[in-house]
Amino acid sequence: MYAIEAQGLVKQFDGFRAVDGVNLKVPVGSIFGILGPNGAGKTTMLRTLLGIIDPDEGVRTLLGSDRPITQSRNVGYLPEERGLYQSMRAVDTIAFMGALRGLSLKEGKEKGRALLEEAGLGYAADRQIRQLSKGMAQTVQLMGTIVHDPKLIVLDEPFSGLDALNQAKLEKMIRAQAAKGVTVIFSTHVIAHAERLCERIAIIAKGKISFDGLVSEARDRLRPQVHLETETLDGVWRKALPADTRAEGHWWHFTLPESGVEPLLTALVEGKAGIKSLSIERPGLHDAFVAIAGESVAAEMDEPVAGEIL
Amino acid sequence: MKEIFRAALVIARRDFTAIIYSKAFIFFLLGPFFPVLVGIAAGNLGGQIAREAAQPVVGLAMVQPDSEKMMKARETLAVNMGESYFTQMKIVGDPARDGNKDPQDYLKKKEDNLSVVVTGSLEDPTVTGTKRAVERESAAIELLAAYARNPAAMKLPEAKADFVAETANNDKQLRTVTAQGGQILVFFLTMLLAGMVLSNLVEEKSNKIIEILAASIPMESVFLGKLFAMLGMALLGIFVWTAVGGIGLQVAQGIPNFPTPAVGWPIFITLCFTYFIMAYLMLGALFLGIGAMAATVREVQTISMPVTMAQLINFFFASYALTKTGQPVEQFAAIFPFSSPFAMIGRAALEPNLWHHAVAIIGQILFAILLLRLGVVLFKRNVMKSGNAGRIKDAGKRKLFGLITVRG
Repeated sequence: MYAIEAQGLVKQFDGFRAVDGVNLKVPVGSIFGILGPNGAGKTTMLRTLLGIIDPDEGVRTLLGSDRPITQSRNVGYLPEERGLYQSMRAVDTIAFMGALRGLSLKEGKEKGRALLEEAGLGYAADRQIRQLSKGMAQTVQLMGTIVHDPKLIVLDEPFSGLDALNQAKLEKMIRAQAAKGVTVIFSTHVIAHAERLCERIAIIAKGKISFDGLVSEARDRLRPQVHLETETLDGVWRKALPADTRAEGHWWHFTLPESGVEPLLTALVEGKAGIKSLSIERPGLHDAFVAIAGESVAAEMDEPVAGEIL
Repeated sequence: MKEIFRAALVIARRDFTAIIYSKAFIFFLLGPFFPVLVGIAAGNLGGQIAREAAQPVVGLAMVQPDSEKMMKARETLAVNMGESYFTQMKIVGDPARDGNKDPQDYLKKKEDNLSVVVTGSLEDPTVTGTKRAVERESAAIELLAAYARNPAAMKLPEAKADFVAETANNDKQLRTVTAQGGQILVFFLTMLLAGMVLSNLVEEKSNKIIEILAASIPMESVFLGKLFAMLGMALLGIFVWTAVGGIGLQVAQGIPNFPTPAVGWPIFITLCFTYFIMAYLMLGALFLGIGAMAATVREVQTISMPVTMAQLINFFFASYALTKTGQPVEQFAAIFPFSSPFAMIGRAALEPNLWHHAVAIIGQILFAILLLRLGVVLFKRNVMKSGNAGRIKDAGKRKLFGLITVRG
């Protein structure tokens, strides 16, 4: 069962293919990350999936419907470009966003107050948005995204502009929603967030999806790295080291051979290499991303945007 | 459809509340009174200036008894004929005292401000002055001289007054006045209020909330909600202005007496109100669509003038058609959606048939829906893109309103 399914999705603007043949499946109840640098097509893809704009080619279903707007009451969406009515009170903003998704204003206000209390912002419920700090306003918008208890939450660059404390709060909220069975899909250009939160990711660059699967599957595309420190620098044991070995003084770095670590250890011991330390490191998502998307795309990732703390 | 209206109501409620609770709304309500106050002030000032300015005077330079008889005759006849019928008069000379003074010498005396001078006798008066002044004053002077010579011969009987509501003369020609009154009223209200819709979506676009709206509800609901909110505000304004205006007219006892329209006053007022709503909805839907394509307030300001000009042309066309009842031009004005409300107001004043109003209103509703749909399609096609909404940057070029490629 998938919350979102897309097949051959294409969206182009004036000949430029912002989304180029995207195939995607987001399982129900998962936390799904869309990774890609700025301008990769993440926002356009999300807008197309949500029905804000129509695709030029391909099909997509949102919670089983090919007309996404009909599922509006079951979806919560936080756009990349945050925006609220400045003269509206915080609680009214949440109620208004709930009302857009079918909630009554009365219920929206009650739930809005409860959510604000829960987030420690109960005191600001009756303040106008213009009187709130940027972080508080973003929290209010987030409350408005979930006030109607959606089945699917879509967050476009949700960590952008948040300080470390609020990023941690947002991560906690995402986990809490997922624990309730809600599907959470978010886009980010910060790999660390996806690595901490997601079970599944899609990597997008230049409008194309280059990977879609479990985070562990992405990591498994790379062999673990071995870091070895020896007392001696030369001996017959050197013949057992793989061809890609890189030497740094008494340190040797290489990819774990297909044959595993045991034959290597035997050769090192028998050759009297004098093992001082040996560690096998599983590759991180960043390494997997570099391997999948390429160095140039990876170089565009993880660059902090204004006001962002990684 | 139900969901579209439900969501439109959410938008309309938000917008309406935001407008009427804003401080600027009081200025909106007071706005129409400013020109009225300015008009009253300017009228008073103009009156003052006119009063203080030297008025033309008819100088009398006849023998003293004749001049006095002329003055008496003016005083008497002005009661029946009205003070404004006769120019002020003044005795400026007497041949017995001045001898054979040239009448032009009286006219040269600036402080008397004489337009003409009357010399000679009551039986044979001579009027001296410019051609225009002489032609203007001669008839009144002849009348006064005749009365002054023999008042008994010109005794004016007093006619009894017997008022009726309608006469055969109160026909199509007179009703045209009512038609024009209705057209002007509806046009000005539409022009004042529908134009405000132009900038209605700029707030949502500038504060980025448009994407939340587009993701949550059909864009038709956004457009419809905004249109209803502005209509609500317009109707509230009209209610306040009508109430204040009505009280003002009652106090001033100056209720204008328009000829009764062909469909009768209650139906005519109802139709005027309905056609205002229809004109507002059609122009509002068009303006909302145009305004939605604009990325900034500056772009909205840029298109305000051509839009106002287009409205004026539309109004003049409908007014012209009023004088061509039953002719193709009038029929076209009644069918062409933008001029139809104004043309149909003309018809309501001139013709008693009601069925064609029903047809026109249905047609106007359908056209408003069509415009709304068109606005939504263009908005979705041109505005909801990544980056700067409505502006597609391409090698130093961008698209104004998402349609016209311009540099910069």
